[in-house]
Amino acid sequence: MIATPILAMHPTDWLSLFGHYLYLSALSVGGAITMAPEMHRYLVVQQHWLSDAQFTSSIAIAQAAPGPNILFVALLGWNIGLNTGSIAVALFGLCITMTGILIPSSTMCYLAARWGHQNRDLRAVRAFKQGMGPIVISLLGATGWILASAHNNPAKDWRMWLLTAATALLIWRGKIHLLWLLAAGALLGWFGIV
Amino acid sequence: MQPLPQTPTDRRQPKSLADLFIAFSVLALQGFGGVAVVAQHELVERTRWMTNEEFVEEWAVAQIMPGPNIVNMSIMIGARSFGVPGALAALAGMLSIPLVLVLLLALVYSRYASHPDVVGAMRGMGAVVAGMIFAMGLKLSSTMKTNPLGIPLCIALGVACFIGTVLLRWPLLYVLLGLGTVSCLLTYRRIKP
Repeated sequence: MIATPILAMHPTDWLSLFGHYLYLSALSVGGAITMAPEMHRYLVVQQHWLSDAQFTSSIAIAQAAPGPNILFVALLGWNIGLNTGSIAVALFGLCITMTGILIPSSTMCYLAARWGHQNRDLRAVRAFKQGMGPIVISLLGATGWILASAHNNPAKDWRMWLLTAATALLIWRGKIHLLWLLAAGALLGWFGIV
Repeated sequence: MQPLPQTPTDRRQPKSLADLFIAFSVLALQGFGGVAVVAQHELVERTRWMTNEEFVEEWAVAQIMPGPNIVNMSIMIGARSFGVPGALAALAGMLSIPLVLVLLLALVYSRYASHPDVVGAMRGMGAVVAGMIFAMGLKLSSTMKTNPLGIPLCIALGVACFIGTVLLRWPLLYVLLGLGTVSCLLTYRRIKP
């Protein structure tokens, strides 16, 4: 394993990091996570600003914590700053990557939503919004499927699927709060039942 | 910038910027493994800022634009009531408290990452999150009853999309551009000008 790099980041390095995230943001259809392979290529392979382990754990931690998955981008910036040896620089790195990934996509979304709202009676706008309905719902099913099948343990997999199916039924037909189900899932996993 | 014009409906509105900030913080803090799961529950069922039909329509826009769906969604809802300040308040709610938690988690992570009970708990929560996403799809599928495409065509397009993404592993962009275009053109032909 390659050791954690020790960095001396120059202003031009920060600027190219910022520029790279502006560029990734504008392309990130389907969310920032679709750009993770490109971030890995740039940050780990090309620039050597992060170790492989730092990159992977940034994604895992963001998935484990509550909140949008995009926060893994904040952790990547944080870790780059931390590799220079200072918490202050880590905070600065976090701001660089987060503003970079947010500004272009948010601006585009704001303008598109405003245009769509002002022209909501146009036949084309209605056709787009209603026509995408079946695709959007199907993509939710696909996401659920991919998450539920992300295990490689045939002996235990049926129990995971059972838990997934039970959760889906309870939420679809019942009134139970989501957090209780998450806690139940964590307990079942902690004690090795699923 | 002026707030966006409103359509008269009986759904509720966010009362203030603080209301937006708090609602999106509450939403974000429930989202383990992604926030999309709880978005429908919070925005449609709890705050009633949108109907299921509006949720599906706005989600389509959030999906097709670059950036995370849920971040885009928060911007769109904030902007709908309070313009740019609303968008920023909703975005701040979505990101600020979770960001602090993620940093705290990163600081303790190295000590417990390989603990088998923790790994197991994460597995269990992952299975629950998958179930939540299925449930959200099931709830929203009721909006297809009023879709101009009709139920059989909706099912056909949905199945094609599922096969493309899950079995054939097409990139999301191709699915959205390909099947999305077909679906929108069919809808365009069916709704009155």
